[in-house]
Parts: sequence; structure tokens; C-alpha cells
Amino acid sequence: MDRVKVATVWLGGCSGCHMSFLDMDEFLIDLAEKIQVVYSPIADVKEFPESVDVTLVEGSVANEDHVELCHKIRAASRVVISFGDCAVTGNVPAMRNPLGDPEKILQLVYVDRADTHPIAPKEAGIVPKLVDRVRPVHEEIDVDYFIPGCPPSASRIQEALTNLLEMGETHLTGENLRFG
Amino acid sequence: MSRQIVIDPVTRIEGHAKVSIYLDDSGEVNSARFHVTEFRGFEKFCEGRTLWEMAGITARICGICPVSHLLASAKTGDKALAVSIPPAAEKLRRLMNLGQFTQSHALSFFHLSSPDMILGFDSDPATRNVFGLIAADPELARKGIRLRQWGQEIIELLGAKKVHPAWAVPGGVRQSLTEETREQIRSRIPESLATAREALGICKRMRERYPAEAESFGDFPSLYMGLVGANGEWEHYGGSLRVVDHLGYRVADGLSEDNYKDFVGEASENWSYLKFPYFKPRGYPGGIYRVGPLARLNVCDRIGTPLADRELQEYREMLSGAVANNSFLYHHARLIEIIAAIEGIERLLEDDDVCSHHLRAEAGINRLDVVGVSEAPRGTLFHHYQLDEDGKVLSANLIIATGQNNLAINRTVEQIAKRFVKGPDIAEGMLNRVEAGIRAYDPCLSCSTHAAGRMPLTVELVASDGEVLRTITRD
Repeated sequence: MDRVKVATVWLGGCSGCHMSFLDMDEFLIDLAEKIQVVYSPIADVKEFPESVDVTLVEGSVANEDHVELCHKIRAASRVVISFGDCAVTGNVPAMRNPLGDPEKILQLVYVDRADTHPIAPKEAGIVPKLVDRVRPVHEEIDVDYFIPGCPPSASRIQEALTNLLEMGETHLTGENLRFG
Repeated sequence: MSRQIVIDPVTRIEGHAKVSIYLDDSGEVNSARFHVTEFRGFEKFCEGRTLWEMAGITARICGICPVSHLLASAKTGDKALAVSIPPAAEKLRRLMNLGQFTQSHALSFFHLSSPDMILGFDSDPATRNVFGLIAADPELARKGIRLRQWGQEIIELLGAKKVHPAWAVPGGVRQSLTEETREQIRSRIPESLATAREALGICKRMRERYPAEAESFGDFPSLYMGLVGANGEWEHYGGSLRVVDHLGYRVADGLSEDNYKDFVGEASENWSYLKFPYFKPRGYPGGIYRVGPLARLNVCDRIGTPLADRELQEYREMLSGAVANNSFLYHHARLIEIIAAIEGIERLLEDDDVCSHHLRAEAGINRLDVVGVSEAPRGTLFHHYQLDEDGKVLSANLIIATGQNNLAINRTVEQIAKRFVKGPDIAEGMLNRVEAGIRAYDPCLSCSTHAAGRMPLTVELVASDGEVLRTITRD
């Protein structure tokens, strides 16, 4: 049987959800027999593949690169999972939303607070433009399942993936629905 | 015709980055740049929050080394309260930090960089990752996974969570070990030490296996900065800052974090969300300095535990000089530090204070302009808060380890590109070497772009007329 093709993606977030994924520890060795990681920040494939079975998306939608990638993910993935609180709610990155125009924040950080050579990053094609309002993934694309947590514990991730691999769907309940 | 190559995103690093490589008409590399492409704005949105929330919020800067922010923030908070924390609390904070050094350094070596070294820089990119390592050498992969797991477990046993524990607070910590959890950690010290020593052995052989890479992955003079203890020993939590130059000469010693603005400046560039800190007395960009394992071993007189000191001595003999000026050696230095961390954990666990219940000094807000420092696995980390009398944050400034390596990473990227990248046909392995040079720093771009955001790596191949010939991207 072909292994299930899994992608993991990191948008605006801290990578804590990916660390929690790695915290499945030795279960990763068993998992390697059932899944094939086809795209991930911990792997070297640079283009999102054309066809993926399951994509875990960590992080919120915070810049234009994220927006573009979200749509690529949705078009290519059979199942998309919002992975962790930033993807599910916007969480910490969305704390910048009440501050309004992101250009003003860039001005403060890179110009007003620089000791020398004050300039705001904006090189076209290199430094992605920030979106006005940080959003959860499901505001940008349809999402099939949610795994909350900041980060979700390794056991929660393991349960969600095991259910998905064995039964074709996954619905977390009880304690596993807690944020934070 | 000149052109530009973009690697996008740089992979197997902790963040979002791109690299641009500029080629001249004959296909030779002219220059190269390392771009960080995420911004989140922590320094701004922390304004108006309370001091008590800062540890929990700033930990979310980074999921790899949240403990670094937890500790730097708690230490900054200690100063705001104007308290001296209970001795047990300091020992426990040190214990958690050493657990973090172990897990983070193990992640860097086994999960992120060993695929290059063990599977090869030119191996198939589809399997050049930790799962490829599992397939090629399952026993080694299992050992690496278990070493990282043990470090994470120390964090969890103290703080109830592996990632983002709510544990260190201004004035101390919230929980100590029980006799049972103390034994649980202690029982796996021999296994962890054996794995760390095996990894160090593998790493030592890499200089012979990859001589061209070993001599060109960031080989240049710079300054080095890190904490040292009162007697010049290796330090990760307390002490004061020391700066040495490429010959090992002490440029500055006994520096206090309180005065960081006198010696650390920050510059901006329009092509990166990551700012460019520099050693202020030498100006920008002449004040280029490196932090992290390489720097910490360069600034300390000794480590202070037997096995690690023996390894440090051998390392220094190999260098035939007092300091290491080559970033390929970050890997070697990092593995010596895992041994130092494990020995440090063993020593701390012998102290009954780790099970104490005197863990927290209580006080109100007594100082309004405070700076805290700690050594993150990747290097020195500063938190600076200005508060009002109720403890509300008026302004926050965070100077992150990876940011301080930004100038050096840029120079490394250019050095590797000039050595290995040549047009017109660009092999994947050439570009992977550029990325591997970045991985040597174990950059935490999620941290470093706290102000900013995350880091996918893009490499663009750009012709001299500005035409983008090829873009290699990874998110």
C-alpha cells in the first residue's frame, strides 16, 4: 500500500506546533512506515506538491506569501487541518490587529528604533507585504479539521493522525478541544 | 549576462528565509544575501500588557526555545521587583535551561543538520531529512530522538508542558521537582551522555569527509560575545558579558546587560525583516560579531565539568589557536555544549534544592527600566522593558541571538556561494550547501523576527540585467 502523503506547513507562528509534532518522538519511526512527508519546513522540497493527502497548517495568515500558499495548499490537498491555535483563531500573531496599519509598525521597528541605517524592509519579490489584518486559516480557505492548542500536545496530534489514518476522519473531543 | 538565483524557502532551519545569489556575466558569483521574510510585531503589541504576562507572551515568539524567552523575561521581571530570587529557583531555572540546550542542540544536529552530513550534501532532496535518516540509520535516529525527548521531558516535568510552559515568573519559579521526577531524569543520564558522545564522534569525522565545506562555511575573523561566569567559566544563565576578537584578545569584559545600548547597536536593511545588530564601538557593519555555541566556547576560559573540559581542550588543540573563526565548527561546539549541559544537569540534580518549596520572592513593581539577559541555545538574548508604576509595559525591546548572527550569516552565505555555486547550470547540491552554511548557525528565525515574523527560504538566480533566471523556493 502506498504511504499517505502528508505535508506540514508553517505560516505566521512560532513553530511550536511543529516542535510538538516532533515530540511524538519514537512514534515518528512507526509513522514513517505509514506516511511519507512530501513537504515540510523540516524537509527540502521547495515547491508545494501537486497532490497531497493530508496537510497540517501551523500559523495564521499574516502576509501575502501566506495567502498565496494557502490557496496552493487547498487546491492540492485532499484534507486540510488547521494545526494549533494560531491557525485556528489567529492567536498571538493576531495581537497586532488592534494596532491597525502594519506599515506604521514597520516604521516604528525598523526606522524609529534603528541606531543606524534606518529603512523599512520592502524589497519586491523578497520581503512579503504584511496583510492588514492577521486571520485564521479558515478565513482564507476551507478547512476540514481543527487541532487546537498552543501548541497541541504530541498525544493530541498522535490521536488526530491515528484516527485519520485508520478511519479516514478525525473528530477530537473533551480535553482535546482545549485552547492554549 | 549576469543573473540572480533565489533559494526560497531555505529549509531545515527554524524560520522563514530566502537567499539571493547574484551572478556576473561569466556565471561567477558576485554577491549573496540572506533574507528573513516574516514579521509579527511583538515589540509593538506588548505595549500596554502587564509585566506578569510578558513571559507567557514572549515565549510564543519561538516554539523551539520558548524557555529562553521565559527565562530572559523572568530575569527582567526579577529586576522590576528589585528582588533576589530564592537559591532553589535559580538552580531550577538553570536546570530547565540546560534541558533546553540538550533538546535544542539535539534537534539541530540530528533532525536538521545530520541529513546533510550523514546522507550527503548532494543526496536526494526528497529524502534528505529526518525521515531519510530514520530509513538510512534507524538506530542512530532513535538515539537522537530519545536525546531530544529527554531534554524536553526535563522541561515538562518542571513546567507541565514541553512547549510554552507557564513556569518561570518574576521573582522565581512555580514548581520544583519531586523525588520521583528527579530520579526519572537522573536514570537516563548515562544513555543521554552516550548518545551525545557518539554524535560528537560523528561530527569530528565530518571535517575529513567534507574538507572543502569545512574550510569555507563561514571562515572569517569576527568578534564573539557571550556570558561568562565570575571566574571566566562557561555560562548560560548568569555572569557577565565578554567580547573577544578573532585572536582571542578580550575586547571587553565584565559588561552588564543593563548597559547593552552602549555596546549593541541595530541597523535595518530594506531586503530583510531581520535587523542587523553590531558591536557599537566598531560601528556598522565593522562591528560584526557572532554569538551561540562557537562564541561561548571562544569567550570562556573553561567549561567547569570534566568530560566537557576534556573535549574543549582537544578542540582548542585542533584549532592551534585560542579561538575558532569557522562557522562549520558550530556543530562541533554545539555537541561539546550538550555534554556540558548533561554534566551540568547531573550536578544540579545532586542538590536537594531542586525539590525545595521556597521558590518565589513576592514584591510589587519597584524599578521601571529593566534589562534581563540569558544565553539561548543560539546565543545571547536580551529583554528590555520600560514600565509604569502599575507594571504596565510602556515599551519593549528584544535583541535575539540569531539577529546578532545576521551579519555573519550573510557573509557565510556569500562565501559558500562563491566557493560552490557556478553558472550557468546550478546543481541542487550547490544551493543546499548554501543552506547548510545557514544551518550551521542553527538560526532561529522565528525568534529573530519576533519583531517580524517567519522565514521561508527562497533563492533567486538573477542575471546582471536584473532578469530573474530561476527561483528555487521553499516555505
